Amino acid sequence: MLSRTAENLYWMARMMERSENMARILDVSHRMSQLPGGQDASREWLPALVISGQHEDYETKYADVSAGHVIAYMALDPDNPSSIRSTVRAARENARAERNMLPTEVFESINSTWLEMQDIQYSRLVELGYREFFEWVKERSQLFAGVIGGSMLTTDAYFFTRLGVMVERADNTARLLDVKYHVLVPDEDKADEAVDYYQWGALLRALSAFKAYRMIYRDSIKPRQVVDLLVLRREFPRALHACYAEIVPILETLSAEPECQRMAGQMYSRLRYDRPQDVTRRGLHRFLTDFVTRNGQLSNEIARSFLFVPAD
Amino acid sequence: MGPKASAAFDEMQKTATKVRAPYQTYAKWLKKMPDDLLSRRHAQADMLFRRIGITFAVYGEAAGSERLIPFDVIPRILSRDEWKVLSKGVCQRIEALNRFIHDVYHDQEILKAGKVPADLVLQNDLFREEMKGFTPPGGVYVHIGGIDVVRTGESEFHVLEDNLRTPSGVSYMLEDRDVMMRLFPDLFDTYSVAPVNHYPQELLKNLRYVAPPARDEDPTVVLLTPGQFNSAYFEHAFLADEMGVELVQGQDLFVEDDTVYMRTIKGPRRVDVIYRRIDDDFLDPKAFRPDSMLGVPGLFAAYRKGRVTLANAIGTGIADDKAIYHHVPDMIRFYLGQEPILASVPTWFLKRESDRKYVLDHLADLVVKEVHGSGGYGMLVGPKASTQEISAYRERIMADPGNFIAQPTLALSTCPTFVDQGIAPRHVDLRPFVLTGEKTTVVPGGLTRVALREGSLVVNSSQGGGTKDTWVLER
Repeated sequence: MLSRTAENLYWMARMMERSENMARILDVSHRMSQLPGGQDASREWLPALVISGQHEDYETKYADVSAGHVIAYMALDPDNPSSIRSTVRAARENARAERNMLPTEVFESINSTWLEMQDIQYSRLVELGYREFFEWVKERSQLFAGVIGGSMLTTDAYFFTRLGVMVERADNTARLLDVKYHVLVPDEDKADEAVDYYQWGALLRALSAFKAYRMIYRDSIKPRQVVDLLVLRREFPRALHACYAEIVPILETLSAEPECQRMAGQMYSRLRYDRPQDVTRRGLHRFLTDFVTRNGQLSNEIARSFLFVPAD
Repeated sequence: MGPKASAAFDEMQKTATKVRAPYQTYAKWLKKMPDDLLSRRHAQADMLFRRIGITFAVYGEAAGSERLIPFDVIPRILSRDEWKVLSKGVCQRIEALNRFIHDVYHDQEILKAGKVPADLVLQNDLFREEMKGFTPPGGVYVHIGGIDVVRTGESEFHVLEDNLRTPSGVSYMLEDRDVMMRLFPDLFDTYSVAPVNHYPQELLKNLRYVAPPARDEDPTVVLLTPGQFNSAYFEHAFLADEMGVELVQGQDLFVEDDTVYMRTIKGPRRVDVIYRRIDDDFLDPKAFRPDSMLGVPGLFAAYRKGRVTLANAIGTGIADDKAIYHHVPDMIRFYLGQEPILASVPTWFLKRESDRKYVLDHLADLVVKEVHGSGGYGMLVGPKASTQEISAYRERIMADPGNFIAQPTLALSTCPTFVDQGIAPRHVDLRPFVLTGEKTTVVPGGLTRVALREGSLVVNSSQGGGTKDTWVLER
C-alpha cells in the first residue's frame, strides 16, 4: 500500500474522531456552565480553549471569552483548523482522495455529513440548541465508525483507520480529563464536594461514561475512580488503556518500525499495570500533560515508520 | 484537391433503402425490436455509467458535481477488411513517428536529407535539447499513441491528428464495450465482435518490456497522475486498477542516487517504469518548470541515466505538432521505404506565400488553426463563420501568418445515433490506441466520438460530443 493512502486514511479517521471530541469538549463546558456558580464565562469556557490548544489563536480574533464566541470559534469557524467544521471538512477531503479504497457507504456517510455541516450557520446552531448540535456531531461520527466497522475489509486500510481513531481518541480523553485541573483550584482537598460531584459528573456525561461509572463502581463520584475509569480501565472504550490496547497489536500487524512499537508498548504497559495512585502520585495534570506529549511523539513515529509524506 | 465538403458518407445507409454490409445484421435486428427498446437501454446505460462512476471532473466543481460523457447505444461497426487497412495504417504511422523522434534527437538524417525543414524542428519549443543523444530502452518513445482518424468515403480514411504525449480516452473504449455487452448480449451472440478488454494487459506487458535492462526480471510499474482534481483522473484510477499497479502522485515518489522510489508502508520500493499522465513540463521541477508541484525532483536525471523508464518518453511533442503533421507521409517513405496507407489532410502553411494567397481567397471554405493550438480553440471553421468573423480572422492571420495552417473542411462520415428525435445520422471520428513495446500493435477498435448536435462537426466532449462503442467484426 502506498504511504499516502495510509496517511490519508489515518488522518481521515483522526479528523472525524476529533470533530466528535471537539463536540464533547464543548459539551462538557456547556454542562459545567449551567451548574450553580458556573456563571463566570471565562472560568467555564476558557478551559475548552486551553485544553484543545486553541486559546492563542482565539485571542487574535476575540477580546473576551464568552459562550457564544467560543462556540462560534470552536464549532464553526472555517479559519480555525481545529473547529468542528474544519475537521469534518478535512476528514471528507481525505476520504475523497481515497474514495476507491473505501466502501461506497463510508464515503457517502462522510460526504453527507459535510454537505449538512456546510449549511450550519451560528444562528441555525442557536435555533437547533447547542446540545442538539453536539449530539448530531457525535452521532455522525459514530455512524461513520459504524459503517467502517460494518463494511470495510479488515486489511491494512482498516488498520490505519483504526490507528487514527485510537491515537486521536487517547489524546482527546487525556485533554478532557485535564479540564478538571483548569476549572478547579489545584488544591483538591479544599474543593466543595457537591460542586465536585457535579463537575466530575458533567465530565463523565460528556464522555458517555456516566452509566459506565455507575455500573463499574456502584458508588458516588470519586475523583480517584474517575481517573481509574478514564485512564486505566480497559473495558471503557474511551479510556487511555483501551486505546493503547488496540494501538499495540495494530502496529504489530502492520510491522511498524521497532522504535514505534517500543513507544506504544511502553505506554501500554504503564496503562495496563499502573494503579490509580501511580497515576496521581506526581499530580494528575502532570501525568496527562506527559501523556499528551508522548502520544504526539508516537504519532510522529508512526509517520516516520510508514513513510508518510514529509512536510517540507 | 481534398475531399468534398458536401454530402457526408453514412456508414450504415448506402442509400435510403440499402444498408452497408457491416450493418445488415444490425438493421435486421433493430427492425425486430420493440420501438422503445433503445430509449430503455439508453436510460439503463446512463444508470450503469453513473453507478460505475465513469465521470470526468469539472474544474472548479462544487461537492460531487461530476459529469457523464453522453454514451450512444448504437454501435459503430467496422468490417474486418476496413479494420485491416486502418490498423496497418495507424501502426505504420506510429512506427515512422518513433523513428523520427529517435532521429531528431540523434543524427537528424531526415533534416540533412531535407525531407523535413530543419528550422521547423530545431526552432520548435517542443524540441527538447535535454533529450539529444539519449535512447530510451528499446528505442521506444511513443509507447501509447492515439491517432485521430476521420472517414469521408467508402475507403477514404484520413488522419486528422497524432496524439503522442498523454493521449486519453481509452477507458471509454473499455467501459463502452462493457456496458454494450450488458445491454445487448443477444447482439454479441449474432455478431462476432473482436474483443478489446485485453488492452490493459497489453499495455502492462509493453511497459514491463521497456523496463531498464538491468531491471527486467520483475520490474515495478506505476501510473503517475496529477491527482484527483485532474479531469482524466477516473481514467488514471481505472487503468491502474486494471493493470494492478499503484496509482501514484508526485509526492509518493522520490529520487535518491538517481534511483526512483515510491513510499510504501513497507518502506521505499524501487520504481522501474512510470506510465506518466503528466506533461513533460511538470515532470521534474529541477529539470523543467521549477514551479511544478506535481513532479518529482531529480526524475529527469534518473531517466537520462537509464535508471527508470518513462512512458511516453520526454520530448515526443516534437512529432505531434501541427506543423510537423504535414510531413508524416514523408517520414513513412524516408524511414520505412513504404507508401503511407492512410492519407493526411492536405495542409496549407500560411508562412508560404503561394499557400497564403490561396487560403486568403478561400477562407469561407477552409478550416484555419493556430500551429500550436489545441482543443478547438482559436479556430476558424469557414463554412460556419459569418462574414465579420472571417474578416476579423483575416486580420489575425495577416498579423502573424507563420502561426497558422489551413485545411479543407472535411465531411466527416455519419453513423446512426440515438437522439431525442429518434435515430438520426451524426458525424463521428475514431481514435485507435496504438501500443509499442517489442512491436507495434493496436487493439481492434478505439474510441468513437460522435457530435450529438445535428450538423455539428465538433466531437469534443466539452462541446456536446458523446461516445460510441466501436465494433470490429472478426468475420
